[in-house]
Amino acid sequence: MADRKLPDGIVLTEAQKKSRRQRSIAIALALGILVVLFFAVTMVKGPGVLVRPM
Amino acid sequence: MSVIENNAIELSSPRISEADVADYIALLKPRVMSLVIFTALVGLAIAPGHVHPVLAFTSILCIAVGAGASGALNMALEGDIDALMSRTANRPIPRGRVTRPEALAFGMTLAFFAVMTLGILVNWIAGALLAFTIFFYVVIYTLLLKRWTAQNIVIGGAAGALPPVVAWAAATGSLSVEPILLFLIIFFWTPPHFWALALFRSDDYARAGVPMLPVVAGPDATRLQILLYTIVLVATAFAPWPLGYFDAVYGVTSLVLGAGMMVLAINVYRRREGVEASRATRKLFAFSIFYLFALFATLLIEVVVHAIAPSVW
Repeated sequence: MADRKLPDGIVLTEAQKKSRRQRSIAIALALGILVVLFFAVTMVKGPGVLVRPM
Repeated sequence: MSVIENNAIELSSPRISEADVADYIALLKPRVMSLVIFTALVGLAIAPGHVHPVLAFTSILCIAVGAGASGALNMALEGDIDALMSRTANRPIPRGRVTRPEALAFGMTLAFFAVMTLGILVNWIAGALLAFTIFFYVVIYTLLLKRWTAQNIVIGGAAGALPPVVAWAAATGSLSVEPILLFLIIFFWTPPHFWALALFRSDDYARAGVPMLPVVAGPDATRLQILLYTIVLVATAFAPWPLGYFDAVYGVTSLVLGAGMMVLAINVYRRREGVEASRATRKLFAFSIFYLFALFATLLIEVVVHAIAPSVW
């Protein structure tokens, strides 16, 4: 058993790494836009931000 | 030696996605989304009162993302039939770029964020209407109607007609006659538009087992239905002028464009064989897109001109 190698795990190909990086950047951008959007609307509405009529 | 070591465990290698951002953008159906954005923009523009630009942008963004979410959920649920039709075979799921569960998760996430953001930042009437639009498109149209009845796109067309209503609700916090008129125009525009497409794609739909009207009732019955719905569409699109909701510029534009739709629909009804029949349906399909765009653009231009120079109109 001693000479048995541990599995290397999943090794991503270059294409997989590239697409994963692209997706991660897109998610980060989307979350960034969401944060900016909530900040901007809070600034616009001022104290009225908590007043949300049905 | 442990039990685990004694048993050779076959580890199936997990699927690692190679889908890039373009594949996920394709899931959003960008062309449909652009029409949704445009009609919603018109709904927002003709609404009375002033809407802060940030809130207007937020509303349009949420409606656009909600439409994209609907598109992604639709593709997740229709991956099997998309693979059978030449028009849809290049979508990310049939090509194996994105799996159905991935598309489902993507669509659900976007739908959740679109509805909640619209509800929290703008108002809950608009948020609820957006949620209903997504529900109607995904559950009523995609899951229930599309594979069951030839009236699928007639009833399902309500989902595509709702964006200007959502936008009006976002701007005013209420509903009125004007957004319902916009809803009715898109609602009655949908059957002639999609049945024209279905006429020259009927082989595709038949192969996929989708009961579109030309597949179920035949091309001649479809041509008659296109003509009848075009008459209703042209009358509905013209009515807001005599009823006093939209002004004369819109009324005259509606008449001219409506005449074009009528001529092309009659052409589709009369030409039933060969290349001429195919050309007539393709012309109607292409013109119907221009018709809706031009009709709504007229309303938008009126609002812009009125804002810049109130005395002109």
